[in-house]
Amino acid sequence: MKKLINGVDNIVDEMLEGMVAAYPQYVKRLDGFDVLVRAGGSKGKVALVSGGGSGHEPAHGGYVGKGMLDGAIAGAVFTSPTPDQVYEAIKAADGGKGVLLVIKNYTGDVMNFEMAADMARDEGIEVEQVITADDVAVENSTWTTGRRGIAGTIFVHKIAGACAEAGGSLAEVKKVAEKVIENVRSMGMAIDACTVPAAGKPSFDLAEDEIEIGIGIHGEPGVNREKISSVNEIADKLLNKIFAEGIYNSGDEVAVMVNGMGGTPLMELLVANKHVKEVLDSKGIKIAKTLVGNYMTSLDMEGFSITLLKVDDELKKYLAAPADTPAFVQA
Amino acid sequence: MSTRIYDCLKAIGERIIENKDFLTDLDREIGDADHGVNMARGFQGVIEKVPEDEADIGAALKKAGMTLLSTVGGASGPLYGTAYMEAAKVFAGKTEVTGEDFKASLAAAIEGIKKRGHAEKGEKTMLDALIPAYDTLSEKLSGGSEFLEALEAACQAANEGVEFTKTIAATKGRASYLGERSIGHQDPGATSLTITLETIRDFLKG
Repeated sequence: MKKLINGVDNIVDEMLEGMVAAYPQYVKRLDGFDVLVRAGGSKGKVALVSGGGSGHEPAHGGYVGKGMLDGAIAGAVFTSPTPDQVYEAIKAADGGKGVLLVIKNYTGDVMNFEMAADMARDEGIEVEQVITADDVAVENSTWTTGRRGIAGTIFVHKIAGACAEAGGSLAEVKKVAEKVIENVRSMGMAIDACTVPAAGKPSFDLAEDEIEIGIGIHGEPGVNREKISSVNEIADKLLNKIFAEGIYNSGDEVAVMVNGMGGTPLMELLVANKHVKEVLDSKGIKIAKTLVGNYMTSLDMEGFSITLLKVDDELKKYLAAPADTPAFVQA
Repeated sequence: MSTRIYDCLKAIGERIIENKDFLTDLDREIGDADHGVNMARGFQGVIEKVPEDEADIGAALKKAGMTLLSTVGGASGPLYGTAYMEAAKVFAGKTEVTGEDFKASLAAAIEGIKKRGHAEKGEKTMLDALIPAYDTLSEKLSGGSEFLEALEAACQAANEGVEFTKTIAATKGRASYLGERSIGHQDPGATSLTITLETIRDFLKG
């Protein structure tokens, strides 16, 4: 394993210190915790708090700032943060109008965040939660834990964050977050696995000509393995699975995210995006906004995901609203 | 001098830490390659934070559970944390272990894990080792077996439970995303749970 690290035990701590050193105008760290909150606080508005394991940078700390999150908790690499950390984030982010937790649907994340929410409610803080589950690679059935929350989560941060910034109540912010969750779907793939620093070796092995379709963002293997093909063909496979949901139809308007997994050149993401646009054009689906880049990564994994969000006037308005965070700036 | 319960927790911690890479490799097959790493970090915390002179088994287990909850993370943190804290209630104020109390503590841990994880037996989780262990312990004790003999049989049942997890697909946790592809692999949580029971057995045998 070759990594630019000082030691596997200090990565999260050193990363957070690096974030604060780079963006003191946006974020500050809670003393003694792996939590970033807005440098200027969140008084008088509903607070959005998210988080999860580390290794998905810029998620989630990179989205703390005006128009998006109020607090973010960084767990160990690919490991949900613990309830005490989440609880501190809720307390620190609460500006008196309540807190919405944006949780990605993983067994550990849901358990830890729910325990923290219970602790915060005992202290009299109003806490609500939404759970993102946009990954269509996983069948949503009683036979699984349910779909994973992946890159589509960023659209929840953006849109619910804009609603909160505009003075929305906790109920309103939660409602718009749920609307995003209902209308957002993603699917990803990898041409090579990532290496968790503490594990020291790739999370799965792929032959030179193999790819993994339907991967998550934690190095877990995908739903099937196949021979590599052109990026257009790969993008078609991901899109077809997303279209099979039946929610994106001719005449609809969508926001698109072509998300890098951390080890993929932007050049390749842009090539993929060219094809995504062609396919959407051919289906008569209008594109309201496109994001291409590393928004929700998986350490050094090589691969990408495609996310579609069906938008209406309300979602478009919040999507277009200003945001000013370390990783997402929009005038 | 350290107390018996502290020494037992330390022994569990050391065994988990010894098996860090083994557990992580199991998790790498069907999960996200962090079970051993997270459990080792948690039990390092247990060894450091539980007072060496704590004689009250309940108090020591409670401290261990809270430490696991705040250091392990993932799904294992709340599940193991809950298991230890539920078991702690059975041993509150006690300084000796009896077969009946041990049985009651396993029952409490099972209920806690079921509630927190919304899981049942047969979903390729730690419960697939813990529930058979409890059933066997319970049966042996009712049949008049000595505690250590019953515990030996319970460990055997837990090991069989681990073997059983190889034959089923996961329906809980990250391994469930693999569906049928999770068959053939043993569950890391059931494995760490069995290691825990075996360490307690070895410790009590002295």
